[in-house]
Parts: sequence; structure tokens; C-alpha cells
Amino acid sequence: MVVPVGVEGGPLPGPPHAYDADLEHLEIELLLEGVFRHYGFDFRSYAFASIRRRLWKRVEGEGLRTISELQARILHDQDAMERLLLDLSVNVTAMFRDPSFYKEFRERVVPILRTYPFIRIWHAGCSTGEEVFSMAILLEEEGLYDRARLYATDINDVVLQRARQGIFPLDRMQEYTDNYIRAGGSRSFSEYYTAKYDGALFAPSLTRNVVFSQHNLVTDRSFSEFHVIFCRNVLIYFDKTLQNRVHKLFYESLVMFGLLALGSKESLKFSQFEPCYEKLSPSEKLYRKVR
Amino acid sequence: MIANEAGVGYDVVVVGTSWGGLSALRTLVGGLPDTFQMAMTLVQHRHKDSDHLLRTLLQERTTLPVCEVEDKMPIEHGRIYVAPPDYHTLIEPGHFSLSTEAPVRYSRPSIDVTFLSAADSYAHRTVGVVLTGANADGSDGLRRISDRGGMAIVQDPTTAESASMPSAAMQAVPRARVMSLPDLVKFISALPAGTPERADR
Repeated sequence: MVVPVGVEGGPLPGPPHAYDADLEHLEIELLLEGVFRHYGFDFRSYAFASIRRRLWKRVEGEGLRTISELQARILHDQDAMERLLLDLSVNVTAMFRDPSFYKEFRERVVPILRTYPFIRIWHAGCSTGEEVFSMAILLEEEGLYDRARLYATDINDVVLQRARQGIFPLDRMQEYTDNYIRAGGSRSFSEYYTAKYDGALFAPSLTRNVVFSQHNLVTDRSFSEFHVIFCRNVLIYFDKTLQNRVHKLFYESLVMFGLLALGSKESLKFSQFEPCYEKLSPSEKLYRKVR
Repeated sequence: MIANEAGVGYDVVVVGTSWGGLSALRTLVGGLPDTFQMAMTLVQHRHKDSDHLLRTLLQERTTLPVCEVEDKMPIEHGRIYVAPPDYHTLIEPGHFSLSTEAPVRYSRPSIDVTFLSAADSYAHRTVGVVLTGANADGSDGLRRISDRGGMAIVQDPTTAESASMPSAAMQAVPRARVMSLPDLVKFISALPAGTPERADR
């Protein structure tokens, strides 16, 4: 059986097949420079292959043909810039993503956190907040939430607004419930939300100790000292130079013996800061600052 | 030997197959010589919670080091890389980047995403291989590899466990070389490899 190409949604976003690769590279650099100088958002050190994909997606979305045309439009049209910003900063996330990570967090990190009278946690690049709510639930169940403060930051104000609302798609609750159970959850997951239309509204009490605020990992400095920093699947969008800069920011923002949690396929191995940490878990990306 | 148009060797081989391609991957990896010089990246559709079993099963078949890709891992010659489940694997000049962007045509990893990024980063030094599979993923990417001067290879659909993916790739890339799995293994093994410096530019 021959399956027609592109039946499930047409061709992928990308340059026309005859597009000159060097020219494309130049156009992308110019566009990112323009965005930085005109709007102040610095995507110049983002991982190139991924940003290329997203820019072509926006070229298509705007009904344009070249990256240069996109540059002209976003420099002259702030709404187009907002749309690009969403393409560039919204990433797919999930509650209790990688359940084994949360299980390990309960088993290895929670006992450490119990020794602190007050716990400051930073969710760097929290996007629409799924992981923040997951952590609030976990800390609540462990009896630690009332001595914790969660700082949830993202570069993008639109996703922060959504995070503040605490409404997630109802059709994902089955997946999240499954994740929650495998993450060692001890209650009935549906206790935490109310279903309404196609959304699941999470209990507002879960955010009573959460501070949402805009923060740019590329340009902003540290704003406190933390016991735990979560930055899972955010740095993968940065190039190696920028990753090292952000790791420096994290290192300086952690208390001694503070914990850094990365995504399951991220590693300190390819950064300059590996010697400053020890692995807290053989299987999960949990690191402890030791020097 | 067949060199690409520019007369230099190939640096990266990207291989796509869907769920059910394990047997084909084991044959492919098992047939590579110990002296294999290119960097081979395998993208297989699989469940998001699958563990390191695929890597282990492939390592049993070869002395070449097999590892699961992590973000910013360097791309080195003579190694086999397995794309992790639930991420897209993107190929940059000299290293990998991962992405959790939405699934593309229901797939994450998407074969197309890896192939397109390989074509954009390694151009004519790329070999793209589409093996057995039950959808059309990989076709767009294979066409880009071919358009950029790279080598496009498709498993003969009549010899594939599931013909849809190779058939779709053949249709999208009429120039692709079509061959049975054993022939394809021999053919790739005989392709000239680039120099390691070239891959790490």
C-alpha cells in the first residue's frame, strides 16, 4: 500500500527545497539580531536547528515565503512579534512528566528538604505551570508545602498568565493521573481539580505559596538564593555557550548543597559546571551543589 | 566506491523506522564492520516510557559504541546513537540538540525532524535511510537530504516487514536507491567516510 506523503497535515514547515542554505543562515542571524535590538528579546544564542524550525513555522503561519519577509513583518507589526514569541517560547509540558523523576524526588530530595525550616524553590522556565502544580501537590502530600515558596518564572508573560489560572486541558487528565500514580502520589488525583467544560481547574490553594513572575534567563540576574532549582527541558533550546552562562547563574543562585533538577535527557556532562556538583541519583538528573 | 557529488565522504547516517523495526535495526547494526567510520543515528518510533532496552539490544550486536542521545552530546565518527523516546532529536554541526516540541504527525521522535536537521547541518555529507515502517514519516526529510546532495536509501518495500514507510519514501524521492536489507547494510558499509575534523567543524 502506498501512503501519500503529507496526508496527516501537509508538508512540514521548512524552507522550499531549492532554498540556499547559506542565505537562510544569514537571514536567520539578521532576524534574530533585529528582534534583539528592536524588542530586547535575545534569541541569538538559541539552538539553531530548533529555532530554524520554529521560524519557518511562523513564516508559514504568516503566509510568507522567506525569513527576510518575516523579519520585515515582525519589525513593523508588534502583534506578529507576539505570535513569534509564542512559537519560540511555548514548549510542550505535562504534569508529573517523567514519573520516575518525581518518585526519586520524593525518596531522595524530600528527606533533605525536611531538614530546612524554610524552602525556596525556583522553577526556571515554568511555561504554563504544569510542573509547578505537580511540585505543589507533591510538597502538600509530604507536609512540606507550608514552609515552601515556589518562584515560577518564564520569559513569556502570556504563558505565565495561563499558569496563574491553573486550568489544564481536561483531555489530558487521564495521562496526568497515570503519571501521578506512578510518581508515588498517595491520593485520588481528581481531588485536586474541578472539571469545567473542556478544562480542569486546579485548586487555587495549590498556588498560595507560588510567586509567578517574568524572568529572562538570558539577560536577567539571580533574584534570591534557592534550595532547589528546577530547569527541566528548557536549556535544550539554548546553544552550548548560553547553557554555560545559565549554569553559572544557577550555580550562583543555589545554596551550598542545594539541588539542581534537569530534564531526563539533559546532562551536566557537556557543561563547565560538572565538577561543582555530585549526582544525587543514579537514574535521574538530580544534582547537588558540593563546591 | 560511490562518492557524493562534492567528492568528499559521508559523515552522518540517519536511519528511520517505526515501531516494529527492531529486527531490521539489529540486522543493520550487526552487519556494520568494526571499522565503520561514520556517525550513525537511529530514530525509531517507540512508546514514550520505553527504557534503555533498545540501546542494550543493539549493543549486543556490535563492538561499535551504542549510546542514547543526550542534549548537546558530541557527534563522533564510529559511533551509533539512538534517539531517545518522547523527544525530537535534532542534528547540529558537531552535536545533537533535543526538543520537546509537539509531536509531528503523531510522532516524537519524528524521523522527518531528525532528517531535515541532518540535511541542513551536513548537506551532501548525509546519508538518509528509511526502513520498514507503518506510516509516511521520513519522506520529507529524505527528500531534503537528497536535494542537499546527500545519499537517499530506502529498504525495498517488498522485503520490508511493513511497506508503508519505504513506499512513501520511494514516492517522495524517486532518486533514492532501493535495496534489500542485506544489500543496504553492505552498501552503507562500503560508502566512503569523511574525516572526523569535518564532522566537528
